[in-house]
Amino acid sequence: MNYETVIGLEIHAELATNTKIFCGCTTAFGDKENTHCCPVCLGLPGALPVLNKKVIEYAVKAGLATNCQINGFSKLDRKNYFYPDLPKAYQISQYDQPLCEEGYLDIKGDFGSKRIGITRIHIEEDAGKLLHEAEDGSTLVDYNRGGVPLIEIVSEPDLRSAEEARLYAEKIKAILEYTEVSDCRMQEGSLRFDVNLSVRPEGNSVLGTRTEMKNLNSFRALVNAIEDESKRQIEVLESGGEVVQETRKWDDVTGKNTSLRSKEEAHDYRYFPEPDLVPVVLEEEYIERIRKELPELPDKRAKRYVEEWGLPEYDAGVITASRPMAVFFEECVKSYGGDPKTVSNWVMGELMRLFNEKGAGAEDIPFPAVYMADLLKLVDDGTVSGSAAKRVFTEMFETGEQPKKLVERLGLLQISDEEALTGIIKRVMEKNPQSVEDYRAGTKKALGFLVGQTMKETKGKANPALVNNILKKLL
Amino acid sequence: MITKEDVEYVAGLARLELSGQEKEEFTKTLGNILEYVKQLEEVDTSSVQPTAHILPLINVYRDDEVEPSTDRERILANAPEKLNGCFKVPRVI
Ligand SMILES: [Zn+2]
Repeated sequence: MNYETVIGLEIHAELATNTKIFCGCTTAFGDKENTHCCPVCLGLPGALPVLNKKVIEYAVKAGLATNCQINGFSKLDRKNYFYPDLPKAYQISQYDQPLCEEGYLDIKGDFGSKRIGITRIHIEEDAGKLLHEAEDGSTLVDYNRGGVPLIEIVSEPDLRSAEEARLYAEKIKAILEYTEVSDCRMQEGSLRFDVNLSVRPEGNSVLGTRTEMKNLNSFRALVNAIEDESKRQIEVLESGGEVVQETRKWDDVTGKNTSLRSKEEAHDYRYFPEPDLVPVVLEEEYIERIRKELPELPDKRAKRYVEEWGLPEYDAGVITASRPMAVFFEECVKSYGGDPKTVSNWVMGELMRLFNEKGAGAEDIPFPAVYMADLLKLVDDGTVSGSAAKRVFTEMFETGEQPKKLVERLGLLQISDEEALTGIIKRVMEKNPQSVEDYRAGTKKALGFLVGQTMKETKGKANPALVNNILKKLL
Repeated sequence: MITKEDVEYVAGLARLELSGQEKEEFTKTLGNILEYVKQLEEVDTSSVQPTAHILPLINVYRDDEVEPSTDRERILANAPEKLNGCFKVPRVI
């Protein structure tokens, strides 16, 4: 039997504010434990929270950028549960009247274009961090992150595969980066995914029992966790069993997910309106002002690359998927002045290769965009060959040096001196009499071999067009 | 009316351990309270928005400006147990 996987994502993003959601403590990352705390974010008796204005602005911006309705009236609620990362024993969140509702995003892949519904976006406070480093096995708590503002973006169960989930999550990340609502530093936990997943026999309209996996903090973990859990549920059904509704834990190291706790006992949050915070009422005028502040978003930018610069749709999609990448690309195009497609070919080929090799992204490029433009100009004016330029580029990614200096240091200046090349080519012909003979006898592909030998002889520095011409003349 | 099971459930959520006698007692007293409050159901509220807050206030904000946090020594002063600048609690998963 064939099964269909049904996935909904809850994405938590830390907002790019300077201070926490209800107090003036800094949101800076990486400082000493419990140094960004005060009576408010520790929930000491008598302390009163006051809402950070910027949080509303960012959340509305995220809502508008994902085609949501912004609610004119919104309130905060208490979500009650006991866990040591929550000093108040409740989290201030939003229950039945969130800031944003009913949005959507379009994702593109091999399946074409697909619209993914966004149920809601609400604001809430982050919890503290649990550390497990005490020798006696007890848990240590750092509340620096407690009270850092989050938005939670809840999707409809519209996703059908790990691939779709990844594309959707990447799109959310790009939008949050473009709007500067969140810095989305995944290694710092600024962007985290909760996966709700069920499977059902294909063609069945009733949803299966779902499980939840919380706090996945990389796209790779997201994809692997979905694939593993989908497989597990299908195996359970195939063997005649029943999927149990529960929270499961994904382990990045073992690549397996395991049962954490069953949902029934854990979920009774007894939400009620937060008495310490007054409602948020947003005028149409305010919402429209934020709408005007929205930057050019990834879809629109990709469309411009395709229509104005002639980029393939796929390339435009990849480049605009990350804001730092798009910014780097555009700076390079501007400085280069030539065909933007030349730039995009280098980005899609060499740059992506290096990203993959080093697990890096556009924010890790150690040289300014103008260096890359300079390198492309060096290829255009014949200073370096295309293959030598690739070596320069790889080295540039290591050291961040200027391309001109690297060409000199690595001795990669292209040989465009006809006399010098003729000498080298004659030597190559002497060493390969059989190929010379083959060519003269009509085997045209022998020419390619001789060009290759010449390039090898010159360590890739010969001007290939010139080598071709000289060879043809001598043959 | 509420049952003894309701009392046990709510006590569980609140992490309260109740004796058998207390359970009986709270089933009765909590039931009385709910019975009393139930009188409100006689009022027709079908055209009234739920009250989110009793004060006639909206949009109370602060600016996003950093203020000094509290000294860590003072933060940890009331902690029953502490280690390496952290609150120390029984092991959790
Ligand atoms: Zn604070």
